[in-house]
Amino acid sequence: MNYSYFPGCSLKGLGRAYEESLIPVMRHLGVEMTELPDWNCCGATAYMSVDERQASILAARNLAIAEKAGGQDLLTPCSACYLVLNKTKHYLRETPAMRAEVQQALSRAHLDYSGNTKVRHPLDVLVNDVGLDAIREKVVRPLTGLKVAPYYGCQLVRPYSTFDDAWNPTSMDRLMTTLGAEVVHYPLKTKCCGASLTGTVPEAGLRLTYILLLEAVRRKADVISTVCPLCQFNLDAYHGQIERRWGKVRVATVYFTQLMGLAFGMSPRELGLNRNFIPMAPLPPLHAQPSESSTP
Amino acid sequence: MKITRTIKYESDRVKGFCDEIMRIPGCDQLQACIQCGTCSGICPLSIYMDYTPRRVIALVRSDFKNEVLRSHTVWLCASCYACTVECPRQIRITDIMYGLKQRAIKEGIYPRNFPIPVLAKEFSKMVLRKGRITETLLVMRLFLKANWRAVLGSWRLGFGLMRTGRFVLRSERIERQSELRSMLTGKNGGNGGIPKEKS
Repeated sequence: MNYSYFPGCSLKGLGRAYEESLIPVMRHLGVEMTELPDWNCCGATAYMSVDERQASILAARNLAIAEKAGGQDLLTPCSACYLVLNKTKHYLRETPAMRAEVQQALSRAHLDYSGNTKVRHPLDVLVNDVGLDAIREKVVRPLTGLKVAPYYGCQLVRPYSTFDDAWNPTSMDRLMTTLGAEVVHYPLKTKCCGASLTGTVPEAGLRLTYILLLEAVRRKADVISTVCPLCQFNLDAYHGQIERRWGKVRVATVYFTQLMGLAFGMSPRELGLNRNFIPMAPLPPLHAQPSESSTP
Repeated sequence: MKITRTIKYESDRVKGFCDEIMRIPGCDQLQACIQCGTCSGICPLSIYMDYTPRRVIALVRSDFKNEVLRSHTVWLCASCYACTVECPRQIRITDIMYGLKQRAIKEGIYPRNFPIPVLAKEFSKMVLRKGRITETLLVMRLFLKANWRAVLGSWRLGFGLMRTGRFVLRSERIERQSELRSMLTGKNGGNGGIPKEKS
């Protein structure tokens, strides 16, 4: 299975543990990812607030490079990139005038945009292309006893997602069950984490993050599993400020790919788990697990 | 005591503003709004807004341009798209918020000293210069522009990022930067009118 790979800026910076875990996990499952040559920032939510034409060109340049590179599906791990690239495809389909402007700009670099490249999230590819059965076969270290709160955030499932539900997505729930983990009921799974408001307007942004952490603690989750570098950063890096405001809500937040890597027997360090502010507790050794389930 | 008028006058309206906004893609469904308030109810940030999303729609429809563009509301929208998905009339409220943000920046009448529009502008400048974003550098620029005291308040966070190897100071940059810039600005060569950054 071959895919083009659009890492996005965050996976080279604050979210580097996402890439560190995504690449070995995909390789382990036989998924080939080729990084898009000379990709640029997708524009995220910020550029869209400034200039719509330029924001469209930014996203379309990446899609055009993907077409030139062979037109394979474009794998996009960051939720913001996933949303922006998909949104631009919708937008250029609906707005011929803008499409003509974008095409004109792209032609300066001899690029061409047809809009045929599919933008896919690794979660989609893992559950629907690789398949849960193939993933189950690779599990050597089941996450038995680990209580996981599956957190999808907003931009992966709204409003352009093609593979899961906007209100109650379940693909990560099913994936975690496949790894042997126990999925806790987490009704806030698609609530906003506060995005960049945690830094710009902490009174508002941090409260949203706090609510998510508090709910995970109430539901007795050992770990929150996330699909987005900004969600991971917010839920992991602001515990100090949150504690000072509202009290302790200590629970680790990791990427779903890190949990997959652990279940495949990879070491926490290899998966970038050493980069967490709030470290995930090490998994108990396999033999120390309760054996009641096998001998009723 | 400072007194303020609590109702709007006809003369406060800027005729044609609604039509202008409706021409922005995604904003054309504005008139279909039934003022049910589902957007304000689902919005995780409406409790902090000076006008709720429902009121913003009503104000735009009635051409109250200055009230809308000066409000904090559009900048507090975190683009979670909950309202867009929930709206019973399929109005793309998030896109309307984007349309209003662009208009506010273009006209320069966004709320001053509010860090979010500053972030958006610094973000776009960095993309024009480098083609990519280096988050730690972006945040430092934001703090310097909007609130330098926040740098002092965030030392713990910065220290934590260094400890976990996530504090990146090496600026990410694409190879064909001048090509990208000429696409964006429509100008050949040069630096697209962007002030040169000291390195």
